[in-house]
Amino acid sequence: MTLTQMQVQTSLDLSTDQDLVVVRGLKKYFPVRRGLLQRVVAWVKAVDGVSFTIRRGETMGLVGESGCGKTTVGRTILRLIEPTAGEVYFEGRNIFALTKPELKTLRRDMQIIFQDPYSSLDPRMPVGASIAEGLAVHGIGTPKERFEMVVDLLRKVGLEDYHARRYPHEFSGGQRQRIVIARALALRPKFIVCDEPISALDVSIQAQIINLLKELQEEFKLTYLFIAHNLSVIEHVSDRVAVMYLGKIVELTSREELYRNPLHPYTQALLSAVPIPDPTLRRERILLKGDVPSPLNPPSGCRFHPRCPVATRYCAQEEPPFVNIGTRGQEHWVACWRVM
Amino acid sequence: MQRDGREILLEVRDLRTYFFTEDGVVKAVDGVSFHVRRGEILGLVGESGCGKSVTSLSIMRLITPPGRILGGQVLFDGIDLLKLPEPEMVRLRGSRISMIFQQPVSCLNPVFKIGDQIAEVFQVHEGLSRIEGWKRAIELLQMVGIPDPERRAHSYPHELSGGMAQRVMIAMALALGPELLIADEPTTALDVTIQAQILDLMRELQRRMHTAIILITHDMGIVAEMCDRVAVMYAGQIIEEADVRTIFADPQHPYTRGLLGSIPVMGVVKPRLDTIPGTVPNLINLPPGCRFAPRCQARLEHQARLGNRCLEENPPLFHTGPGHQVRCWLYR
Amino acid sequence: MATAELRAEALLTVREESYLLIVWRRFRRHRVALVGAVILLAFILIAVLAPWIAPYDPYAQNLLLKNAGPSPAHWLGTDELGRDVLSRLIYAARISLTVAFVVTLISQTTGALIGAISGYFGGWVDNVIQRVVDFMLTLPLLPLLLTVSALLSDVTLPGLTREWSSVVIIILVLSLFGWMGSARLVRGVVLSLREQTFTEAARALGMSDLQIVIRHMIPNAMAPIIVSATLSLGTVIILEAALSFLGFGVQPPVPTWGNMLNNAQADMWTQPFKAIIPGFCIFLTSLSFNFVGDGLRDALDPRLKR
Repeated sequence: MTLTQMQVQTSLDLSTDQDLVVVRGLKKYFPVRRGLLQRVVAWVKAVDGVSFTIRRGETMGLVGESGCGKTTVGRTILRLIEPTAGEVYFEGRNIFALTKPELKTLRRDMQIIFQDPYSSLDPRMPVGASIAEGLAVHGIGTPKERFEMVVDLLRKVGLEDYHARRYPHEFSGGQRQRIVIARALALRPKFIVCDEPISALDVSIQAQIINLLKELQEEFKLTYLFIAHNLSVIEHVSDRVAVMYLGKIVELTSREELYRNPLHPYTQALLSAVPIPDPTLRRERILLKGDVPSPLNPPSGCRFHPRCPVATRYCAQEEPPFVNIGTRGQEHWVACWRVM
Repeated sequence: MQRDGREILLEVRDLRTYFFTEDGVVKAVDGVSFHVRRGEILGLVGESGCGKSVTSLSIMRLITPPGRILGGQVLFDGIDLLKLPEPEMVRLRGSRISMIFQQPVSCLNPVFKIGDQIAEVFQVHEGLSRIEGWKRAIELLQMVGIPDPERRAHSYPHELSGGMAQRVMIAMALALGPELLIADEPTTALDVTIQAQILDLMRELQRRMHTAIILITHDMGIVAEMCDRVAVMYAGQIIEEADVRTIFADPQHPYTRGLLGSIPVMGVVKPRLDTIPGTVPNLINLPPGCRFAPRCQARLEHQARLGNRCLEENPPLFHTGPGHQVRCWLYR
Repeated sequence: MATAELRAEALLTVREESYLLIVWRRFRRHRVALVGAVILLAFILIAVLAPWIAPYDPYAQNLLLKNAGPSPAHWLGTDELGRDVLSRLIYAARISLTVAFVVTLISQTTGALIGAISGYFGGWVDNVIQRVVDFMLTLPLLPLLLTVSALLSDVTLPGLTREWSSVVIIILVLSLFGWMGSARLVRGVVLSLREQTFTEAARALGMSDLQIVIRHMIPNAMAPIIVSATLSLGTVIILEAALSFLGFGVQPPVPTWGNMLNNAQADMWTQPFKAIIPGFCIFLTSLSFNFVGDGLRDALDPRLKR
């Protein structure tokens, strides 16, 4: 109880004019249903009290292993999934309080790019129609003008005019991801959630898409929430980084600080586990014990304590608060008893 | 030094495996040659569709129609596996050569306990009884770091996490002390902290059992950490081969260079990543010359010297140093 | 300006055409399906043009020429009331195919609608619908059809004669027991489409549920519905023939292949072709529908390239 107050309090202090998105105490529990009557027998606590802000024009990196809830955070912020609790403010407006028409208008400002470029395009629709879809839904332009916009967007993402008439199956994974990006850009959004946008692509194509996203960010003054499991990619694209573990953010700070001075033992283990393409380098590796526990029944106290190499008995009893311990105006948020 | 003195365990010569599909002939593996010495880890690197998995399946003779091995030799300890009668090949698989895959859970039979599945290996190959087999199975589970192995042996595959299942697969693969282990993207489906555990386990067991490993991966980080030598594949062919330090210190093929330049490396932040333009070629309609030529920027830079050769003639492998081979006209 | 308009138009029109072209190219490669389609087309033409093709009125009796064998005047002879068998066979194609098409239209549309509701809303709605489907599927079809049609065999609908009432009733009965397959199918399609990211993308673009169903779900569900409908046509042909053969389906004098088969029983040993030919028509149409269905399944599969 005191904890959630603390979190709300601290993030309130943080929120300023330069914040485009403010997330406060966000929770999303998924019901587990069983039996003929579909009764709820348990709750998967996918996101369990997450607070952070995203500043205008920056890329906020959200990193974590599978099942940590990072994808659910991205979906809930856009209200593609209804939250269990918490608030998300976009330019000062609580998007969970919006009516349907208001939400529809707001959708022009926030878009999403998905992991799997194969399932994110309708196989029965020429890609030009897919890209124009958002424009049509919001009644922007005449069909002719929309087509001109589609051609313009295709060129912006590095494709050709004639591609508009082709079907998704005629494109490679990388090209499809370009199309998905064009569709997201069509409504000229301010904010884009990039949910693992490159992890389904080949190595040589990943770099093309990362560069494209960076160029577009500059040209359209975009703000990104970049969700990924690959720490090298996150370092490359992000201004600030939040690390998630089992539905909670365990550490949040600037990119430089996180990679130079990781404080949470989980972040440290995560960073040390990344294979580095340099055979001359020999590093000390922190090997974690066991697997990630189930979010159905997360551990007591600090959720990381069963795998933590430095956990004490106290860590199993009380959940650590998420506090800013940065010095000299540096923000460095961390939730760990051993650091405080 | 000692490595070079080691005996060659596996030698693949001019292997060709094609798939005869409705749309045409897919030349998945088109003249691949390499060797693996006893106790060494060879990295087979490339992007999806480059033929690295088909190469490994061809070695195991596990290619099914419409695929067919058209030619070449796979000499394992002096025996050509491609000429071996099927019953002998069956005996060899799992005992002298074994394989682990990307999706460990789907490789296990869902209706049997994992203890039974490992015990079966001993029952079939060594004629042990079920009880003896179980005893050995539990020892193996202990060896691959599964906590509480007696209880875990009674689990069914779906009760295991991805990392746990991969440990079980490794236990089964190493049960009979094979001389060669083929690991096809063994950690790609796993989280990074679990990947670290599995790689650590593989390295430790390899040191203890002196198993040679062909490690198939697309992750250059894993290559750097695990391998002794590296073969880079592109569009069904090996385009560069060298020991691991050389590949990273002095990559020569424009594709290898491009690949290394395009990976974001932790601790090294660049404003822009290098890219390789275009996409991997369709293996049905391959360009007549060098398969990388349409995407190759070095070809344009050295146009004066090379002329149109790259577009007309596929280069052979050129020796550029000790154990270093490159398939590129620049090194003729 | 003009060129832009042209291109915009091309963007909208080329789409349908090219998709149909792709399907046609893939369908053509399926030889058996192509043969099936040709056979069906022939049957449909015969059915449509029956009044012009049939040499005699199928109802005209000639009591002087009962049970005649083949002759230049009556190629397939005459039946027990002296009606021309060939003409009856041609008109029977009309009835059998009409019944098949109408039943399929009703049962597949209803089934698709029920399946879509079940899949889209989920929860208890889905649960109830699925249990009803389960129940319907466990009922033994043929005995049930026989019982129901027997019960209704004396019913005469207002404005229709007893024979034509039997046609309407058989259509309704077959529709009543034919929708479950397509309900199952469409529910499955809708469930899998809900998981596809492109429906999520559509929601992120601000589309409403209804718009998503119309623009994305229905076009994607069309292919399996068409396939299932084609296969259902074959089944309905057989069922209708079976009921009519047993005397519970379409009542004479309205000719169908099933009741012609029944009529021919008496002469089975002397003039077997009178039974074989309607039987062969049933067999051929049903088989052709199945072949065409298989061909369409392959041709419409979006996962296949080219």
